[in-house]
Amino acid sequence: MFTYYLDLALRSLRRNKALTALMVLAIALGIGASMTTLTVLHVLSGDPLPGRSGDIYYPQVDPQDLRGMYPSKEPPMQLTLIDGMNLLHAKRADRQALMTGGDVPIQPEQSALDPFYVDARYTTADFFPMFGTPFLYGHGWNAADDEAKTREVVISRELDQKLYGGANSVGRTLRIAGTAFQIVGVLDRWQPNPHFYDLNTGSYAYGEQVFLPLQTMMDLHLNRDGSTDCWGNGGGGTGTILPAASCVWLQFWVQLGNPVKVAAYRQFLVHYSEDQKALGRFQRAPNVRLRNVMQWLDHNGVVPDDVRLQALLAFGFLAVCLVNTVGLMLAKFMRRSGELAVRRALGASRRTLFAQLLVESGVIGLVGGFGGMLLAMLGLWLVRQRSSDYAALAHLDSSMLLTTFLLALCATLLAGLLPAGRACQIAPALQLKSS
Amino acid sequence: MELRPILSTLRRHKLTACLLILEIALTCAIVCNAVFLIGQRLQRMDMPSGVAGHELLQIQVADVAQPVNPYARVQEDLAVLRQVPGVQSVAFSNQVPFGGSSSNGNVLLDPNQPQRTLNATTYFGENLVPTMGVQLVAGRDLQPQDFVDVDTALKALGTGDSKDLPHVTLITRTLAERLWPGQNPLGRLIYLTPTVGLRVVGVVASLVRPNAYDAATAQYSMVVPLRMGADKGESYVIRTRPQDRERVLTAALAALKKADPQRVVTTQRSFDEVRRHFFKDDRAMAGILVGVVVALLIVTALGIVGLASFWVSQRRRTIGVRRALGATRGNILHYFQTENFVLATLGIGLGMVLAYGINLFLMTHYELPRLPAIYFPVGAISLWLIGQLAVLGPALRAAAVPPVVATRSV
Repeated sequence: MFTYYLDLALRSLRRNKALTALMVLAIALGIGASMTTLTVLHVLSGDPLPGRSGDIYYPQVDPQDLRGMYPSKEPPMQLTLIDGMNLLHAKRADRQALMTGGDVPIQPEQSALDPFYVDARYTTADFFPMFGTPFLYGHGWNAADDEAKTREVVISRELDQKLYGGANSVGRTLRIAGTAFQIVGVLDRWQPNPHFYDLNTGSYAYGEQVFLPLQTMMDLHLNRDGSTDCWGNGGGGTGTILPAASCVWLQFWVQLGNPVKVAAYRQFLVHYSEDQKALGRFQRAPNVRLRNVMQWLDHNGVVPDDVRLQALLAFGFLAVCLVNTVGLMLAKFMRRSGELAVRRALGASRRTLFAQLLVESGVIGLVGGFGGMLLAMLGLWLVRQRSSDYAALAHLDSSMLLTTFLLALCATLLAGLLPAGRACQIAPALQLKSS
Repeated sequence: MELRPILSTLRRHKLTACLLILEIALTCAIVCNAVFLIGQRLQRMDMPSGVAGHELLQIQVADVAQPVNPYARVQEDLAVLRQVPGVQSVAFSNQVPFGGSSSNGNVLLDPNQPQRTLNATTYFGENLVPTMGVQLVAGRDLQPQDFVDVDTALKALGTGDSKDLPHVTLITRTLAERLWPGQNPLGRLIYLTPTVGLRVVGVVASLVRPNAYDAATAQYSMVVPLRMGADKGESYVIRTRPQDRERVLTAALAALKKADPQRVVTTQRSFDEVRRHFFKDDRAMAGILVGVVVALLIVTALGIVGLASFWVSQRRRTIGVRRALGATRGNILHYFQTENFVLATLGIGLGMVLAYGINLFLMTHYELPRLPAIYFPVGAISLWLIGQLAVLGPALRAAAVPPVVATRSV
């Protein structure tokens, strides 16, 4: 029966080629536009640490003076050096890492290569196990190395490729800003998107090529980049000069394995703030936050507004395309009331007519959906040609591919329901009489 | 033209007519808002910078090893750059207009006030005003004796010793008007921290922030007499004639490389490129919006063509009868045109309400301003036009139906 309906549908669609093409094109354009924007949205609002992000938290405390305070005001987005070191050394979480960003000059031994700058992450040891960074060779450093300010460095696979042609470079010496560092590890490809642990660098498609201990960076006065916020008489510090004590410029992340630990850590932050207030360092009442990765990204509004707006716009466009198709299909089905009436009169039930018409709209949906998928691929290719920092990430993955198809099929079947239902409401005799 | 027969015909095709009205309404609503958004983006991209945009170059260099005296290093570099043929003026700045990366301070009018008055960006560097082509409208420019080294100032900030801190500043006209409306800003004090009071000695016409994300505060800029040492975050700003830019940039880079072959050039671009880069997302968004508007109008127009063609072929007999009874071709043509006009008008009416609703939603979620009333008639007229254009073909075909059709059966 189905093949017969399919045959009927194809015949009917062939009869009016321009109209069929119009319906297919409208569906394809609508689906293509919405899938392009939806894919971009999906990629940008993804989880940077799948499976881990729920356990990783970003503690915030409020060390500012009383100027500019009002109730319910958010604490600063980062930590001062003193608070960062205190919280790090308290070791109240399963793992914890204090970090900031910058860039450093690499001086290759090979004379063929000029010195060049790469982005660097200055962090403490737990960064690697906490974020589950994959190592191609070697490993990270440990907490004792942090305190000893060792000249040890972990490099990215990309930098390893550039300097050593991808060979195992662990144990080799790398000159960074005039100092000899020993390479202890080479990371495999690792680029969490968004760049959740420091959003000041730009949120997407950003990856450091060099990781070295935070205290080594302070010891050597390496160049620091990123956001610095000061209050009172604090000075921002420029280049290699560290910011003053009344400036926040460090990010601190902790791993807390279960809700009990999370509650305990929140309590610890409150106690810490109270202690600091008693010591006279803090002036405000305890004002702490403890958000996990996804909450932190949400709080910072990482996904650009424009991307959401584009998705809304595309769905508006899809709605217009669907209404268009429903209208055309309705007109088409109504036009064929004569033929339908004959089938009714010959004994076809309403239900079979309905099924037949639905097959016809389904065919349009399927072809339109396929066209939409091609258009979405074209759309994403166009997105990748743009210069936005997230442009390179716009790829259709398997889940979005499936969504595209389901969306197309559902949309057109839905669009077919109304016309098909309407066209079946035919009194056979009346139609036969009038023609 | 009599409307009654049209309405009674439409009543027989209620559902199809409703769908067409809905399509026109949705298109109208989306087009109104999209055109409004395009206007917003274009207006934003047109934001004035206050500097001689087509005459400036930006160069950033980074040293592999920290120079012994970073301040002397800058003076040497500036001397080298001044020697490059075609260079009219050179400055060393902590930031450039529309550059993105910025240094900002909280402005207080009274050192003891509990809340800041506003946040303004702070430009540092000697010779900035003449090099960038900023127009001084009152008072004087900063003089060499006003300048203090950044390191000295940071140290003084820590010790509270005010004599090693800068004492004067330049502000933009917009900032002056915001801080002291209708009054003379010259000689007044601005506090960046409770101990750093800066006396306003000059007012510039305009100087945009590097981080001009919000049009309302884009002109909140100050120039503070701080001198910086060589550092990769700072920029050499070169002024030259527009036609010399490319050549001067190449020559300047060569001269800097020659002075120290070890260093790394991290940024080299004209100010036009800085500006293009800053507004790239706005340009992309405007482009996408234009694409969507065009696609929407085409889809809607094709939808109208499709439906109208259907109706025409469905009513061939009726048209023939009318023609046989004496209706002219013009009557038939006008019939379909009027029918389309009626549908479009209903759609536009509904579309206006929808457009308003969408705008309200965008206002609450995306901090957009209210849709100005002018966009409603613009949307209406464009849809009327599209409708009439789309229906013209089918209507002409209808008008061409000969009266003899009436005498044939089916």
